[in-house]
Amino acid sequence: MATNNMGPYSDEVMDHFTNPRNMGEIENPSAVGEVGNPSCGDMMKLFLKISDEGVIEEATFKTFGCGAAIASSSMTTELLRGTHLEDALRLTNQNIVDKLGGLPPAKIHCSVMAEEAVEMALKDYYKKIGKEESLVDDLKAEIKRERGE
Amino acid sequence: MSFIYIDNIAGTKPDVRVVEKMLPFISEEYGNPSAHFYPLGRRSYVAVEEARKQVAALVNANADDTIVFTSNGTESNNLAVKGILAVLKDKKHMIVSEIEHASIHNLLAKKVSEGYTYTVLKVDTDGKINLEDLKSAIRSDTALVAISHANPEIGVIQDIESIGKICEEKGIYLHVDAIASAGVLDIDVNKIKASTLTIASQNIYGPRGAAALYIRNGVKLKSLLDGGHQEGGYRSGSENVAAIVGFGEACKIAKEEMKIYVPNMQELRDKLIAGLRESFDFLHFTGSLEDRLPYHVSFWVEYIEGESLLMSYTQNGIYAASGSACSSNILAEDEEDLIASHVLTAVGVPTDICAGSMTMTLSKYNTQADIDHILEVTPKIVNRLCEMSPAYNK
Repeated sequence: MATNNMGPYSDEVMDHFTNPRNMGEIENPSAVGEVGNPSCGDMMKLFLKISDEGVIEEATFKTFGCGAAIASSSMTTELLRGTHLEDALRLTNQNIVDKLGGLPPAKIHCSVMAEEAVEMALKDYYKKIGKEESLVDDLKAEIKRERGE
Repeated sequence: MSFIYIDNIAGTKPDVRVVEKMLPFISEEYGNPSAHFYPLGRRSYVAVEEARKQVAALVNANADDTIVFTSNGTESNNLAVKGILAVLKDKKHMIVSEIEHASIHNLLAKKVSEGYTYTVLKVDTDGKINLEDLKSAIRSDTALVAISHANPEIGVIQDIESIGKICEEKGIYLHVDAIASAGVLDIDVNKIKASTLTIASQNIYGPRGAAALYIRNGVKLKSLLDGGHQEGGYRSGSENVAAIVGFGEACKIAKEEMKIYVPNMQELRDKLIAGLRESFDFLHFTGSLEDRLPYHVSFWVEYIEGESLLMSYTQNGIYAASGSACSSNILAEDEEDLIASHVLTAVGVPTDICAGSMTMTLSKYNTQADIDHILEVTPKIVNRLCEMSPAYNK
C-alpha cells in the first residue's frame, strides 16, 4: 500500500467509508448472510434479493466495524449486484482488497469477513429454496480446485 | 484544511515562546554543552542548566535533588525502574497498577525472566487503586511501587499523596509517572514523596525529544547507557540542547500561567461532558468524573466501533484518539496485533465495547467554538454509524 499524508487507508477505502454504497436492509430479502459478532470487533450482515434466474438484483449491508470493514462491505455489495449467484462465489477477499486499492495487512481479515458473508448468504438462500447448504461448500471447493488452490 | 486538535495527550502544540527560545539552539548556538572552554559551548551548558532549574521549579524539587534530562517519557520511566532495580539487587518484587503505561507494563513483563515478580493492583470502575490493596501488596523484598499520577486514557487522578505516604512509611521507593498531570495539576515532589518522577516536554507545550526524571536526593539508580559523564552519569550522550531549552521554557510558562489556563480548560471540558451526556443515553464516560484531569474527556458509545468513530471525527476536522483494538496498531502486520486498550478493560469496559471508545484531551488553545463544533457533529456521526450497525436496534 502506498504511504500517503492523509491516513492509513487508500482513497477508495475512504470513499466507501464516507459514502457507503447500498447500506441498509432489504425488505423481505431472498437471503441474509451474517458473520462475526461485536465481541470480535466486527460484524457484518449482507442482504440479497435474488431473481428466479439466480441473479443478484440487490445487495445491501449493515456492518459494525472499522473503516476497512465498512469499506469492504460496501465494495462487496457493488461487486455482487447483477452477478449470478454461482459467480458470486467466485468473489475472493483478494478481489475486494484489489478493488479497494489495498488494505493494511492487519485489516485483510475485514475483506475475508465480506467473502464469508457472501457464502453465508448463499447458504441461507439454498436453505430457503429447499436445497442443501453444503452445495455452497461444494461449489466453493470446485472453484478453488479450478484455480489450483 | 482547518481542524480542531483535541488529542493533546498525544502531544501539545508548542507554545510560540518555546519555539522562539529554541531557535538559536538549532542554528547559531550549536556548541556542545560539554565544551566548557569556549563561549559557544559554555552558552549551551548554561542554557541546559537554566532549563534544569525551570524543570525543578515546576515539580518543586529541592536544591539537592537531581533532574536528569532524557529523550522522552518512556526513557525516564525505564531509567527510574531499571535503574533502581539494578541497585537494589536483593529486592525482586515490584508493585504497579493495572492501568500503567506500556513502558512500565512491558518492562516488568520482561523482568520476570530475570527472576523478578510483580503485583498488579486492580482498579475500580472509576480507575482508582485501593490503598488497602497497596498496603497489603508490599513485601519485605519489594523494591518499588510505580503508579501514574493521572491516567492518559481515562483521565483518572490517583490519590498520589496517600500512596506516597504509604511508601514512605514502609521505606519503599515510589516512581511516579506525572506526564499526564504536569502543567495542569500542582506537582510537589515533597508532598507526593516521590523517589523518582517523570515529566515530558511534549505534554506541556514544549517540543518532542525532551523529558526529565526527577531523582530525590539519596535515591540511588544506575544509568541505562554506558558512555560519558553527561547528566551526572545518569544519561550518557550529548544533550538535545534545543529540545531541553524548549522544555525548560515550557515548564516556566506552565508554572506561571497554569492558574489562568487550567480553569478555562476545565470549563470547556465540563461543557463538552455535559453536552455529550445530553446527546445519547448509550454514551458512557470512562474514568472518575470527580478525580479527573481538567482537560480530559473519555467515553464509549454502544453499537459502534471506535475506529469508525475516530475516522468520522477526522473527516469532520476533529483530531482525537480511540482506545479501540481496530485503531490500536494500524501499521501492524497481523490482525493479532490489534489489541483493545488494557486500561479500558481494567475499568470493566467489555472488549467489544472498548471498540467504541474515544479520548478527547483539550489544550489551552481550545475554544468554545471548538466544543460547539464537536457537540454539533457528534450526533450526526453517531447516528450515521448506528444506522449502519447491525448491533443497533433502537
